[in-house]
Amino acid sequence: MQLPILSILVFLPIVGIGILLILDRKRHKGLKIATLAISLVEFVVSLPLWFNFNSQTAAMQFVERREWLPTYGISYYVGIDGFSLLLIMLTTLLTPLCVLATWDDIQHRVKEFMVCLLALMAGMIGVFVSLDLFLFYVFWEVMLIPMYLLIGVWGNPARRVYAAIKFFLFTMFGSLLMLVAILVLYFHYGKTTGTYTFDLLKMYGTSIPFNMQFWMFLAFGLAFAIKVPMFPFHTWLPDAHTEAPTVGSVILAAVLLKMGTYGFLRFNMPMFPEAAHYFVPLFSILAIIGIVYGALVSMMQKDLKRLIAFSSVSHLGFVMLGLFTFTMPGVQGGIIQMINHGLSTGALFLIVGMIYERRHTRMIVDFGGLCTPMPIFAIIFMIVTLSSIGLPGLNGFVGEFLILLGTFQVNKLYAVIAATGVIFAACYMLWMFQRVIFGKVTNDKNKDLKDLSWREIAIFAPLILFIVWIGVYPSTFLDKTKASTENFLALMEKAKSTHVSQSHVFKGEAQ
Amino acid sequence: MTFTIPSFHLSSIGPWLTLTVTAILILVLDALSPKGRKVCFSWLALAGLAVAAFQTIGLWGSTGTDFVRMVYLDNFAFFFYFIFILGAALTVLISRQYLEDYGKNMGEYYALILFATVGMMLMAAGAHLIMIFLGLEIMSIAVYVLAGLFREDLRSNEAALKYLILGAFSSAFLLFGMAMLYGASGGTLFLDDLPLRLGADPAMAYLVLLGVGLLIVGFGFKVAAAPFHMWTPDVYEGAPTSVTAFMAVAVKAAAFAAFARVFFLAFPAIKVDWTMVLWVMAVATMTIGNVAALSQTNIKRMLAYSSIAHAGYLLMALVAANQLGAVSLLYYLLAYTLMNLGAFGVVILVGRKKDRYINIYDYSGLGAQHPVLAASMALFMFALAGIPPTAGFVGKFYVFSAAVQAGYIWLAIIGVMNSLVSVFYYLRITVLMYMKPAEADLGPVVFSPAQTAVVALTAAGVLAIGIFPGSLYNLAMNAVKIFPGL
Repeated sequence: MQLPILSILVFLPIVGIGILLILDRKRHKGLKIATLAISLVEFVVSLPLWFNFNSQTAAMQFVERREWLPTYGISYYVGIDGFSLLLIMLTTLLTPLCVLATWDDIQHRVKEFMVCLLALMAGMIGVFVSLDLFLFYVFWEVMLIPMYLLIGVWGNPARRVYAAIKFFLFTMFGSLLMLVAILVLYFHYGKTTGTYTFDLLKMYGTSIPFNMQFWMFLAFGLAFAIKVPMFPFHTWLPDAHTEAPTVGSVILAAVLLKMGTYGFLRFNMPMFPEAAHYFVPLFSILAIIGIVYGALVSMMQKDLKRLIAFSSVSHLGFVMLGLFTFTMPGVQGGIIQMINHGLSTGALFLIVGMIYERRHTRMIVDFGGLCTPMPIFAIIFMIVTLSSIGLPGLNGFVGEFLILLGTFQVNKLYAVIAATGVIFAACYMLWMFQRVIFGKVTNDKNKDLKDLSWREIAIFAPLILFIVWIGVYPSTFLDKTKASTENFLALMEKAKSTHVSQSHVFKGEAQ
Repeated sequence: MTFTIPSFHLSSIGPWLTLTVTAILILVLDALSPKGRKVCFSWLALAGLAVAAFQTIGLWGSTGTDFVRMVYLDNFAFFFYFIFILGAALTVLISRQYLEDYGKNMGEYYALILFATVGMMLMAAGAHLIMIFLGLEIMSIAVYVLAGLFREDLRSNEAALKYLILGAFSSAFLLFGMAMLYGASGGTLFLDDLPLRLGADPAMAYLVLLGVGLLIVGFGFKVAAAPFHMWTPDVYEGAPTSVTAFMAVAVKAAAFAAFARVFFLAFPAIKVDWTMVLWVMAVATMTIGNVAALSQTNIKRMLAYSSIAHAGYLLMALVAANQLGAVSLLYYLLAYTLMNLGAFGVVILVGRKKDRYINIYDYSGLGAQHPVLAASMALFMFALAGIPPTAGFVGKFYVFSAAVQAGYIWLAIIGVMNSLVSVFYYLRITVLMYMKPAEADLGPVVFSPAQTAVVALTAAGVLAIGIFPGSLYNLAMNAVKIFPGL
């Protein structure tokens, strides 16, 4: 019998919570070591996924299925394909690093913090492996609570409560509408086929009348667009990022935002392909607005964390643009860009967290000339900055290049406007980097800053390894997603033939 | 003239008899025991409830009617018996220490709880409108007295008086509605006979509608549905906290039991009419409840408005009027009993002696002082807000699916948006507990064993039936088979 790796991944953190609960709450180091051990075990357990993954097939792998609520058609049904594989690996890789990053950062209520972190981990992996709509929804919501607590309890005292509640309400708003949409879909599927089920794979390729697809796409899309976040729904992000503790920002940026884009890829587009084609202009334009707007706003930020937060809006705009091209390079680029953003932005938040630990400020004006006291820090910061900008040879370039390539095939104007985002990115990132790292040390407090410790270097080492790896030899990662992408594109191609115009929709003629 | 006594089986009303006898025994013992001597009435009451529960298990699965078709024997009723017994038992457990602090640990309190429970059972099993009315009155009168238990306290007095006067009005409406139906049906009030007899004479159609409308008023009052909810915040705030908990769960469940049975069984022919009215009431109830709860600073008042909002969600299940709706009603009421009683258990514990601390700001910093207590309260709040993996989520999931299945997609959307509003005020409690420092030292929380047990049991229950809802769903499905029209 095959080992149920995915279930172990989902439930190991929960077992870990049980272990943490019986440990002494006063021994902070012990708690942190225990959490680190659990997250490392989790990482090791996830490795077989990578090595035993069959990249020739688009079918779900490592599938497990147990009845949960059989009379309702709900089952515990998990499995992965190329899309989720990369995101799961990203999650299991980042979590131990996050635990390491809390070593000096978190000093009060350590036990609760670690419990939240592990709960978050279980929820994130659960979202990526679920193949049952109900199960997916449960994980999607469950994950809200620990993140809310991370922001609200360990965040910046001044505005953490505001940010936490805003985060919770925004996400909840989207997901509640998605719940209604899931139910409508469930009953529609049950009525047309006679079997009532929440099985996602069965939902693929059902013929849903266009009128219904239209609304379903919007309802699901709203939930995911808020999470991504796409342009008009992004306002929770800067607040949540800025107020969250370092680790909260890292996880939020690296993994939680990907749930939105992953949701589009896994749920929205394959389930409602005709509506997806119909909405290409809307979502592409919103993505482009996000790219340019995020970049422009980043340029004017005085707070490092806020700057990175807005740059996320811009980067995620690229991902969305790529996914909505429905071309091979566009979609693959989108997926690889999700991972890139997780690595680079995660690293950037860690970097800001580390200088915040030393100086207790995140304002750009308070720094300057940091390369003199902290040379190693400056080097790492530079690599990550360049990766985020998209320098050839580093990961960002691969993702953005593929996305722009895909976009160019579909719509040249979009590609041209989006490409300006890359230029703006260079502007705001390099300008920020220059103001923080180069020049003379203007502030006396910065003169004696300690350079990175071995622990801190150890956090960055794996991140930088992958930043370079993806930049130099992306095929390792692209190959894993190839079969899934082809399958996805074939599905989308099939639905392309139906042309529907807006007037049809509102006259109710569209079927 | 000869009378023949129709045959009946006392065992079919076993749980009622047990509880009545226990209540009378408690009263007698209370009267006979010398002043100042403590008799453990609460244990006696619990024993009675346990026996009643066993009798209900024995009855489970039996069908038909008894006592000249006056009493239904069906799983729908028995499922509700369990809810009432659970509600009453948990109430008894949280009451003892609370009442002793007030010097009110009296026998009649427990007797009244048991009498009210008997009334509820009559309502759930009544096969004749008059039986349902009798049950409603038995329950209501006991609860009127309970609300005014602290007779030296002005608020408690106000609560009791308000509840009595408004409750009497609503009973009158209900009775008047029944009279209309009696006329319209040509002289019967058996639920089984009503559907056929009501449709017999088209000239009576308006009379039927009038009667049904009056019934909605009567039941709407008991479940605290808008616009008949005005009494709720004042009564819930003024009544002793343990009684509030009892009212919020058991009384509401009983009223919904009767509401659902009467409407599903007797009026399927005019479903279009009453679902329309209930649709409006459901929307109004949840919106008013949730919006008003936003601005409350007294935790009892907040929970009062939240219970109004939950009545709104439950009305959605009635509006859906399908099998799933009935199932969701049963499941939701059980889940609600657990999570709400748990929340009130925490309110009593945090209130310390004599409800001193029932402002929501008194919860500031609780997360640091009493992590486990705060975590349970957070769990109940998340459950009431309907966030997985709790019973509250599954309950809402069922209710919304019932509404969607019946085609009320807008109602479901309004429902979920209301949940969103409710998230805000439930979250505020967790914000206070975890993210704000304590404002003042309120002194230690005294954990009495019984109250702690209630909080622990309900917390475990909320999680257990939230994560594994399967078997309960099947039980509820089995229980609603009695509604052929759905």
